[in-house]
Amino acid sequence: MSHVAASAAPAAFAFPATPRPRGLKSWVTTTDHKRIGLLYFWTAFCFFLLGGLEALVIRLQLAQPDGHLVSAATYNQLFTMHGTTMIFLALMPLSASFFNYIVPLQIGARDVAFPRLNAFSYWVFLLGGLFLNASWLVGPLFHAGSLSVAPDAGWFGYANLTERQFSPGPNIDFWVLGLQILGISSLAAGFNFIVTILNMRAPGMKMMRLPTFSWMTLVTQFLVITAFPVITVALVFLMFDRFFGAHFYVVQAGATPILWQHLFWLFGHPEVYILILPAMGIVSEVLPTFARKPLFGYTVVVYSGVLIGFMGWGVWSHHMFAVGLGPIGDSVFAATTMLIAVPTGVKIFNWIATLWGGAIRGTTALHFAVGFIAMFIIGGLSGVSHASPPADLQQTDTYYVVAHIHYVLFGGTVQGLFAGIYYWWPKMTGRLLDERLGKLHFWLTFIGMNLTFFPMHLIGLLGMPRRIYTYGPELGVGALNLTSTIGALLIGVSVLVFIGNLLRTRKRGAIAPNDPWGGATLEWSIPSPPPVYNFSVIPTVENRLPRWKTELHEPITDPPAVPPAPIHVPGGSWWPLVAALGLPVLALAPLTHTLWLAFLGAAILLFGVYRWAFEPFEM
Amino acid sequence: MTHATVDVMRPPYPTERGLDVYNTKLGMWVFLASEVMFFTALIGSYIILRFGAPGEWARPGIVLNIPVTAINTFLLICSSVTMVKAYATVADGEGHFFRLRPGARLSERLDFGLKFWMLATIIIGATFVSIQVYEYLHLVHRGLLPSGVREGSELAELVANGTLPAATMGLFGSSFYTMTGFHGFHVTCGVISMAYLYFTKTLRGKYSQQDYRGIETIGLYWHFVDLVWIILFTIVYLI
Repeated sequence: MSHVAASAAPAAFAFPATPRPRGLKSWVTTTDHKRIGLLYFWTAFCFFLLGGLEALVIRLQLAQPDGHLVSAATYNQLFTMHGTTMIFLALMPLSASFFNYIVPLQIGARDVAFPRLNAFSYWVFLLGGLFLNASWLVGPLFHAGSLSVAPDAGWFGYANLTERQFSPGPNIDFWVLGLQILGISSLAAGFNFIVTILNMRAPGMKMMRLPTFSWMTLVTQFLVITAFPVITVALVFLMFDRFFGAHFYVVQAGATPILWQHLFWLFGHPEVYILILPAMGIVSEVLPTFARKPLFGYTVVVYSGVLIGFMGWGVWSHHMFAVGLGPIGDSVFAATTMLIAVPTGVKIFNWIATLWGGAIRGTTALHFAVGFIAMFIIGGLSGVSHASPPADLQQTDTYYVVAHIHYVLFGGTVQGLFAGIYYWWPKMTGRLLDERLGKLHFWLTFIGMNLTFFPMHLIGLLGMPRRIYTYGPELGVGALNLTSTIGALLIGVSVLVFIGNLLRTRKRGAIAPNDPWGGATLEWSIPSPPPVYNFSVIPTVENRLPRWKTELHEPITDPPAVPPAPIHVPGGSWWPLVAALGLPVLALAPLTHTLWLAFLGAAILLFGVYRWAFEPFEM
Repeated sequence: MTHATVDVMRPPYPTERGLDVYNTKLGMWVFLASEVMFFTALIGSYIILRFGAPGEWARPGIVLNIPVTAINTFLLICSSVTMVKAYATVADGEGHFFRLRPGARLSERLDFGLKFWMLATIIIGATFVSIQVYEYLHLVHRGLLPSGVREGSELAELVANGTLPAATMGLFGSSFYTMTGFHGFHVTCGVISMAYLYFTKTLRGKYSQQDYRGIETIGLYWHFVDLVWIILFTIVYLI
């Protein structure tokens, strides 16, 4: 398998002695899925810290009745950016970091199907995130009275509050343009991973032999490619309304008042599953490894994941019970919402049954995975309580909903992601994370999150609305809010412990062998971190647990340390970055009402794509 | 279709593993799935806006020039035919109507047929976009803007004398330009991509019966764009 190296993209022949490419350029031009995975991780983790800081300011403001730490206007920006950042810039890309790093290794591939498109996804994500967050600092450029012109209409930005008439500043412009840029990143990654998982599997890796994490990634990406176009249309309408005087959300001009809500939640509910399914996949990998038992009911877990993907499309109006859709609409969506709890419950029973009778090793990853199950059950139950329209009418727009979303997204997704980090970090960096610090991290997180979010159920039921920057002492929720703030600070401490763990083990952590945990899937058969070419020989898979001895199968032999033949590895490319640079420039054009920027942005984008297309890049 | 035919029609570059489809083609199908959702959201919103509007909706024939667009629609459908011809020429290795001279070698016929049909597709696609630009200029001249009807224009008079409903003209303009504009953007992208393939691959003889992936993939896209237009034409211009 030899190729002639092309001049534009020098192809490296990775042979035993080939050193890893080093230096800034090798990272900026990289098309290696493992490096892109690490870039995703660090970028998303920084955004996670930023979103966390925003949350801490919110909690400090609410610690006491009549708080006056921030103004009402700043508070609006804080909760909007906290939600937007955590969903689009922290949780989705943290999952993407595992898609990038782990999925090609799990399916026995040398890279993703379209490596340069993968790099493009990352750069667009980074630039979109920076574009959105630039709004914190650029107020003076827009002659605003304050430093910050961050978006301030809530993460679901209901029109027509977001129309020019009610939000005249550049705040919503940043939001509507930033989210469109981020959508392009998610869509590009979606196409890439669907093709990768379907087409790049090692010989013998049938669909029902695919590891659960890869399966859940596949379902997630199908949701991404179908849900993101819907919000793109909603955002395009809003953009045209704001910049070209169109009338899509102008009720006086005859527009339907709830069009935005339908479009947004038609995207928004599948988005919830885009956030949770990868974490479910991670937990389904971690539990069998540390219980030393195959996943209980693999087939059922996979099918219930697929079913969740389908049913996720039929429940969106439960976010809109307070609109008054009429008894038929309310009943249908109440029924579908209760039904979707069934496949979710099935998974939970499968996870518990996986642990049952297993030889359990209480690693940090397992702690987080079990914490995920417990917290996700609580979040799921409060979710089912929203499924009943009369109950939901009481809960809508109160802290009860805030409690629910944080039990599923923090107790669920974040804990699932932490389980994944402790599980795969040795594979990604070659060093094990410290288990003692890890346990401390887990318990601080676990106690902190319950202290923060459990009182919110009560705060909400007692009648405190969300998105209100302060409250009076007579409401009687002061003590509960203070508890919640203390819990939030505890979560802050736990994240510091985690950062300490990352930094401490960077140089001093125990060196990770190929397989520190005794895992069953292919990523554990190669060195940690893997060589550029991943597998010296592409393995042939004969069953679902290729590295475990079962009654019917012997474990496969690990690929040799030295490749028996030269392996072609595609070189890097500048053009994904160049093409991605065009998008924020393009977005600046309407933001600053400067026409030539539109031409410049389009020119940069086209130039990048043009050179990309002409670049010889052999897989 | 017999088994043998399937084998002949199947691209002779089987994938090593995975599904029996090469990556770019599978990627295009996945991309089109997401495009379907994009246009579904667009068309669905249009239906909700139009039929949920409090007032009457303007009869399209009064504002839009249906005969010109009908011709344009016909052209676009023709371009799908020429696209298939380009594909069939290279896939079957047949000239498809074009035999340079009796006894010309297969490769000569194939080469000329592919060039001819691809160029025809590109030209028809570009013509479609040009006619659409002309249509837009004409409509703006008559007074239809994304924000509604321009004051003092020809259409404003029709609104004043009650031929057009005043209440919903803003939505009419917004949805018309957004929907047809996005379609036009897709056609433009298709023409540019095809021109790229034409100059860098077709003219340089890179396509053969052994490898015609670019033609097949862009063909999928082109037929999709064509199909969407038939729906848009029906719902925006005819109903």
